Amino acid sequence: MADLVVLLRGGRVVDATGERVADVLVAAGLVRAVGADLDAPAGATVLDAGGCVVAPGLVDLHTHLRQPGREEAETVESGARAAALGGYTAVVAMPNTEPALDSAAAVREVLELGATSTCDVRVAGAITRGRQGKELAPFGEMADLGVRLFTDDGDGVQDARLMRRALEYASSLGVTLAQHCEDKVLAAGGHMHEGEWSSRLGIPGQPAEAEELMVARDIALARLTGGRVHFLHLSTAGSIAAVRAAKVEGLAVTAEAAPHHFSLTDADVAGYGTAFKVNPPLRTAVDVAAVKAGLADGTIDAIATDHAPHAAEHKDVPFDQARPGMLGLETALALALTELELPLHTILALLSWNPARIAGLELAHGGPVAEGRPANLCVFDPAAAWVVDAGALASRSRNTPYAGRTLTGRVRHTVLRGEPVVVDGKAQR
Amino acid sequence: MKHLLSIADLGADGIEEVMRMTDSFVEVSERAIPRVPALRGKTVVSLFYEDSTRTRLSFEMAAKRLSADTMNFAVSTSSAKKGESLLDTCRTIEAMGVDALVVRHGSAGVPWQVASWVGCSVINAGDGWHEHPTQALLDCYTIRGRRGSLLGLRIAVVGDVKHSRVARSNVLAFTMLGAEVTLVAPPTLLPPSLAGWPVEVSADLDSVLPKVDVVYLLRMQAERQSEALLPSLREYTARFGLTGDRVRMLPDDAVVMHPGPINRGVEIAADVADLPRSLITRQVANGVAVRMAVLFLLLGQGPSGRSEPRG
Repeated sequence: MADLVVLLRGGRVVDATGERVADVLVAAGLVRAVGADLDAPAGATVLDAGGCVVAPGLVDLHTHLRQPGREEAETVESGARAAALGGYTAVVAMPNTEPALDSAAAVREVLELGATSTCDVRVAGAITRGRQGKELAPFGEMADLGVRLFTDDGDGVQDARLMRRALEYASSLGVTLAQHCEDKVLAAGGHMHEGEWSSRLGIPGQPAEAEELMVARDIALARLTGGRVHFLHLSTAGSIAAVRAAKVEGLAVTAEAAPHHFSLTDADVAGYGTAFKVNPPLRTAVDVAAVKAGLADGTIDAIATDHAPHAAEHKDVPFDQARPGMLGLETALALALTELELPLHTILALLSWNPARIAGLELAHGGPVAEGRPANLCVFDPAAAWVVDAGALASRSRNTPYAGRTLTGRVRHTVLRGEPVVVDGKAQR
Repeated sequence: MKHLLSIADLGADGIEEVMRMTDSFVEVSERAIPRVPALRGKTVVSLFYEDSTRTRLSFEMAAKRLSADTMNFAVSTSSAKKGESLLDTCRTIEAMGVDALVVRHGSAGVPWQVASWVGCSVINAGDGWHEHPTQALLDCYTIRGRRGSLLGLRIAVVGDVKHSRVARSNVLAFTMLGAEVTLVAPPTLLPPSLAGWPVEVSADLDSVLPKVDVVYLLRMQAERQSEALLPSLREYTARFGLTGDRVRMLPDDAVVMHPGPINRGVEIAADVADLPRSLITRQVANGVAVRMAVLFLLLGQGPSGRSEPRG
C-alpha cells in the first residue's frame, strides 16, 4: 500500500480552504501534489475525476457496526465497505454492541478488526459500564487507545447526577460526551413521533419533549460543569432552538443531525413500513425545516448517519415490535446533495471537516487536500442521478427507507491512506 | 376490492354497497336453513393473535352461512407460541391454500403487513388501537336500520377514544355517511392530536346528551387507572358513565350503542343496557350479516383470489 501512486485527474478540489480545478497526486499514503496538469509518474494509477468533486473523505460520527454480537446484521468489515462506497474514510463505531464497548479490551477488539478494513474505524466508548446508566465506565483506559467520544447511544444517561459526574470526570481527559437525548419515562412505549400521524395510525407515540427535556438538562449540565457535550441525532425544532441558544451563550456544545431527519417525516410511517421506524423517530415537516435551518446556520455542526443495520427477522415483524434504525452510510452524501439547498462547501463541512474536528481526527481526516496531508479522499459526481437498490447495498442488512428513490450525487472513488478502496463506484476489496 | 383493511378503503359508496348487500344476507339469516352456496369451495382462515369471542365467532358463522370452509388458527395453541414469526405463520397458512385471512392483532398495521406478504384477501378484524372496519360497518348498518340513514345524525362517541380501534373506524364511517360526531372523553383518553379528524370534542357529557341521536359508548378498561390516565373507574363513571339519570337527558328517539363486551356499572349502568333504546344485541345480530356481505364482496365475485404458494 505504501508504494501505491495514484493520480486523480481533472477534478474540482473542494476543501475547507476553498476550491480549484486541479489534479491530485497521491503516493505512500500522502498527498504529494495538488496542481494543474500534473504528470503521472511511471506505474501510477490514474483515476478520472472529470466532472467530479475531489474532497477530503467523509467522516461519520455515528455508525453502528454491530460487531461484536450482531454479526448477522453487520460486521466491521461489511460496514467499512459500505462506508467507503458512501465516500467515508473514517467512521466512529457506536458502543452499543453485545457486549458493550465499555473497556479498553472491548475497544481494542474493534480497532483491530477495523485496522485492515476499507475505512478508518474509530470507536466511541460507553459512558457507563454495560450502558446500564449506573456506574462510570473507565474513560481513562479507553482514552489511552485514542477514544475521544463517549456515549451510551441507544439510550441517554437518565440520571442527571451521574451525567454531571461523567462530564466533570471527562473534562480532565479532554474527551467529549455524546448524548442520545431521550427521557425514557416520558418516551416509554412510544414507537413513532407523537402527533397527528401517531393518532391517526393508532401507533403509540413519543412526544418531541422526551428529546427536548434531556437536551435542556444537558445544556444546563454543560453550563454547570464546563464539560463538552455533543448532541447526537437532533430531530426536533425545540432541541435545535435550545442548542442554538446554548451556542450563543458560549457553552461547549456541538450537535449532529441524521439524513433521515431532514428527508423524511412521520407521514412516511403511514404504510406501516418498519424501515421507517427509527429512534429518535421521524418528526413533522416543521421539525424537518428546523433541522435544515440548523444545518444552514451552523447550529448543527455535522451530518451523521446513525447507520443502524438490522437483520430482516427484526424488521419483518409488527411495527411496534420492530427494532428502530435504518441504513445510512451509502445514501448520506446523496441525500445531503439532493435535499439540502446549501452550497457544496457547507455540505462538505457538515460531512467531513466538522465531524473530523468533533471526533478529534483532524490530523488524519477532513482535509485540507494539500501536499503532505494524509491521502484520505472522496471523489463524487454531484450531478449523477441514481436509484437506490436495497439489494445492491454493501451492508449486510437491507433496512433502507429509500429503496426505489432517485437521488442525485454519487461516489466515484474513495482513497484511504493513499489506497483506492473504491474505484468507479466499485469496492476494490 | 381485494382486502378490507380500513374504512378509508371503502369510502361512502363502498359502505353503502356493503349495507345493500347486508340487506339480502339478513334475509338469508332469517331462513329455516340460513345457508347459501355463495362461497362453496372457498377457505376462510381466522388468524387471531388477541383473545376475541364475538368477532371470531361472528366471522366464522358468516363464512359457514356462505358455505365456505373455515379454519381457526388459535394462537395460544399454535406454533406462534413456539417462536414462529408472524411472517412465517402467514406463509405457512397461505401455502395450504387459503382465499381469505381474517386477522386480529394487538399491533397497529399488522393487516397491511400481512397483505404485503400473502396473495390472498386480508380482512382486518382489529389491529391494535387502529381500526376495526367490520365493527364500524355493522354499527352503521344498525343505525341505518333504526333511523333510515346516518345523514345529519348527531352521534356522541364516549370514552377511551385514544386506545380504541372501534372509535377510529367509526369516526371515519360515521362522518363519511354524513353524521356529525362529538368525542366525549377526558383529555387523557383522547388521541394526542385530532388534526384532520372531522369531529367536535367535549369533556361534558351532560351538555352533549340532550342534543344527540346516538350515544356510542366505548369499553373502559381497568388498566387505564394504573397508567395514570384516570384517577379511578368510579370517577370515570361519575363523569362519563351512562347512568339512569343521564339516559333521561336523551331525546326520546335517541339510541344507545356499545361494541361489547360491556362493563355494566362502569361505562353503562346495569339496567340501561337492557332498555328498548339500547341496540347492543341488535349490533351483534347484524354483525353476522355484515360480515357475510364483506366476505361475499371480497371472495364471491370473479375468479378465485387464491395465490399459488411462493417459492
